[in-house]
Amino acid sequence: MKARYASTIAVAVLIFFAGYAALFIAPDEKTMHAIQRIFYFHLPSWIAMFTALSVVFVANIAYLATRRSKWDSLGVSAAELAVVCCTIGLATGPLWAKPVWGIWWTWDARLTTTFILWLLYISYLLLRGLLDDPEKKAVFSAVFGIFAFLDAPLVYVSNRLWRTQHPQPVILGGNNSGLDPMIGKVLLLCVIAVMGLMILVLLDRYRLEQLRQEFDELRLEQEALALEPSSIGRERS
Amino acid sequence: MKNFENLFAAWMIVWVVFFIYEISIARRMARLREDIESLKRQMRER
Repeated sequence: MKARYASTIAVAVLIFFAGYAALFIAPDEKTMHAIQRIFYFHLPSWIAMFTALSVVFVANIAYLATRRSKWDSLGVSAAELAVVCCTIGLATGPLWAKPVWGIWWTWDARLTTTFILWLLYISYLLLRGLLDDPEKKAVFSAVFGIFAFLDAPLVYVSNRLWRTQHPQPVILGGNNSGLDPMIGKVLLLCVIAVMGLMILVLLDRYRLEQLRQEFDELRLEQEALALEPSSIGRERS
Repeated sequence: MKNFENLFAAWMIVWVVFFIYEISIARRMARLREDIESLKRQMRER
C-alpha cells in the first residue's frame, strides 16, 4: 500500500512538472505557435497506446500458449487502456488540425488506419461482453486481439508509406526530421509522465479483472452447491 | 495566446477522459467487492 501511495505521488509530481514545462517552458514553435503545445500530450498518448497494444498482443499470445487466466486479465486491461489512449489521441488531433490545416478531419492513410484501430479494439471489448463462458471468452478475444494488432504497425508506417495530410514523423523520420533540443526534453518528460500514469491505471484495471474472475469462480461454486442434493434429502434416502 | 481555446480543450480532454476512466474502474471495483461479499455470505448461510 505504501508503494502504491508513493508511486501515485511520484506520478502526480511528474504530471505537474510535465504540464508546467509543456505550457510555460517549451519554446513556441515558429509557425504554429501555442497550438503546437497539444503535441506534448497528443504524442505521449499515442506512445502509451502503442505500448498498451503491445501488452495486449503479448498477453493474447501468452494466453493461447498457456491458458492461464492472468494473461487474459492483462490482455483485456491493456486493451481497455489502449482504447482510452486512442480516444484521447483522436480527440486532441482535430483540435490541433483545425487551426493548422483548416479542417477537423480528413480520411488520409494515417487517420483512417488509426480510426480502424480504435474500432477494432472497441469490437474486442464488445466481443467479450457477448460471451458468458470465461474460457470461450478468453480464447475468442485472444484470437481477435492478435488479428486486431495487425493494424498497429500499419498505423505507425502509414505516413512513411503514403503521402498523408498528417505530418511526416519528426522522430526517427530520416534526415530532415528532428526536434529542437528543448522541445525534445519537454516531450521526453511528458512521455515519462503519461507512461507512469498509464502503468498506475493499468495496475488498477488489472486488479478489477482479477476481482471479476474471483466473482465468476464464486458464482460457479455457488451454482455447483445449489445443484448438490441437500443434507435433508440425503438423510431421507 | 492564439488558439488558446483549442489548447485548453485538448488539455481538458486528456484529464477528463483519464479521470472518468479511473472513476469508472473504482466504481466497478467497489460493486464487484460488494457482490463478492454478498456471494460469500450466501454460501456461508447454506
